[in-house]
Amino acid sequence: MSLSITQLAQALRERKTSATELTKRAIAAATNRADLNALITLDETGALAAAQRADVALAQNPASALAGIPFAHKDIFCTNGLRTTCASRMLDNFVPPYDATVVARLAGAQAVAIGKANMDEFAMGSSNENSFHGAVRNPWDTARVPGGSSGGSAALVAAGIVPFATGTDTGGSIRQPAAFCGITGLKPTYGRVSRFGMIAYASSLDCGGVLARSASDCAHVLAAMAGHDARDATSANRAVDDYVGALAKPLHGLRIGIAREYFGVGIDAGVGAAVQAALAQYEKLGATLIDVSLPNAALAIAAYYVIAPAEASSNLARYDGVRYGYAAKEPKSLEDLYTRTRAEGFGAEVKRRILVGTYALSAGYYDAYYLRAQRVRRLIANDFAEAFQSVDLIAGPTTPTVAFKLGEKTSDPLAMYAEDVNTVAVNLAGLPAISLPAGFSEGMPVGLQLIAPAFAEARLLNAAHQFQLATDWHTKKPEGVA
Amino acid sequence: MSIDAATVRHIARLARLAVGEDELAPIAGELSRVLDLADQLGAAQIDGVAPLAHPHEQTLAWRADAVTEPDRAEAFLALAPEARGGLYLVPKVLE
Repeated sequence: MSLSITQLAQALRERKTSATELTKRAIAAATNRADLNALITLDETGALAAAQRADVALAQNPASALAGIPFAHKDIFCTNGLRTTCASRMLDNFVPPYDATVVARLAGAQAVAIGKANMDEFAMGSSNENSFHGAVRNPWDTARVPGGSSGGSAALVAAGIVPFATGTDTGGSIRQPAAFCGITGLKPTYGRVSRFGMIAYASSLDCGGVLARSASDCAHVLAAMAGHDARDATSANRAVDDYVGALAKPLHGLRIGIAREYFGVGIDAGVGAAVQAALAQYEKLGATLIDVSLPNAALAIAAYYVIAPAEASSNLARYDGVRYGYAAKEPKSLEDLYTRTRAEGFGAEVKRRILVGTYALSAGYYDAYYLRAQRVRRLIANDFAEAFQSVDLIAGPTTPTVAFKLGEKTSDPLAMYAEDVNTVAVNLAGLPAISLPAGFSEGMPVGLQLIAPAFAEARLLNAAHQFQLATDWHTKKPEGVA
Repeated sequence: MSIDAATVRHIARLARLAVGEDELAPIAGELSRVLDLADQLGAAQIDGVAPLAHPHEQTLAWRADAVTEPDRAEAFLALAPEARGGLYLVPKVLE
């Protein structure tokens, strides 16, 4: 299914197809590509019922732009009555009695969820190899990772199974898999999308967003997802811009900042060359490239890998074997129930982050690690604020390399953390950013990252869309994908 | 920052994570490497810089002091590994 959301919506309105037909096709495609391991739960019954409702809505104009369009949710969003595992043994039996706000909004727009996408456990990972349900494979080369943590979402879109999928981004978990799988991934401003019902990892960084084929498709989905939600105290209470309406604006006069820090050590030559070519394309479109500096960029990984684990250790304290989820069998005491439930229910990376976070927050180390990381966080946010005094967007490679081989980095957590070098600073500063396909290196897709000031998603999507009107990288598909 | 097996045992206790004696040394090695990464923060010039806890430093909104959620105790208790009579059951805490 490689048509855009706009094309599918058009076909649905002209009765050339139906929501039921599109949904059946998506389910068949998902079943055919079971080798990707991109879905944890396929909800055939629920999807067909939702498709039938969408067909009724489509018969009564006007329906939403997403009505009848099949998609998948990252398995981090709670779905009423449908198992939500967060790719953890801890929640393998968890059936939420309520919907996340993102789930409710997309259902309200009559989009048809076909199931729940695989991911790194509790969104902790950069390769989707940390899933209780096994690794996801990259549709471009099944010996390679799709990136993470929204790896299942990215693989489903790249393989043409669904035109879009939801994702979450705490340190790059939408943008990095989008880059690795040759699709477009949007991480909105912190607070733009409600986190209610989105299982928490690091609450000051977590952000819901979308993975799709194009910026235009992302604009349609963000329009449905974004907005204030009284049930999320960190949700931004401000009007949602007209993302779709802003797409057509020409880029003449746009100032794009080039931060040399994002082209530093470790950037693969092929990735650097593709990104430089994309920037030259932006100049042709009328944009001006301006050098900017983000002097504290090199500290972003260190700050992130203190703050995120600290918040994780606190958030994941809720998994105690008492109220929901996994519980250790025949506990000898309450303490034994807690400690064995958590030892048996969490995977290795989740435990590692809980321990690091607990250490960083513990007496005697709080100032040296957690507080220091929060001060560095402000320096990083200030760097962006300073740069945005003279530019409208900042551009660079989303990732230092293309997708790596399965198993290549699993034995070295630090090598895996280094993957996030160009993405984590955006989360620390709470900014919106997008990754879009910008060419190939070693036959694998390369992602260009654009970063915008807070709440400038319309500008970001506009710049990405204009690039996609002038290039065809986003239309490239892995061999065999229809 | 290098940490030892005793420190891992202490943190694991704080985090309520059962860790086997044979796991302590390998975990100590891994955590030491992550903390070495964190020690890079020592290079930052942070004198006079206030900590940033939240990206937009927004203040929490007030809402009316009114009941907004329905009583769904039964639906939530149904998720519990063990519940009876409207209560969560846990192993005996006091003898």
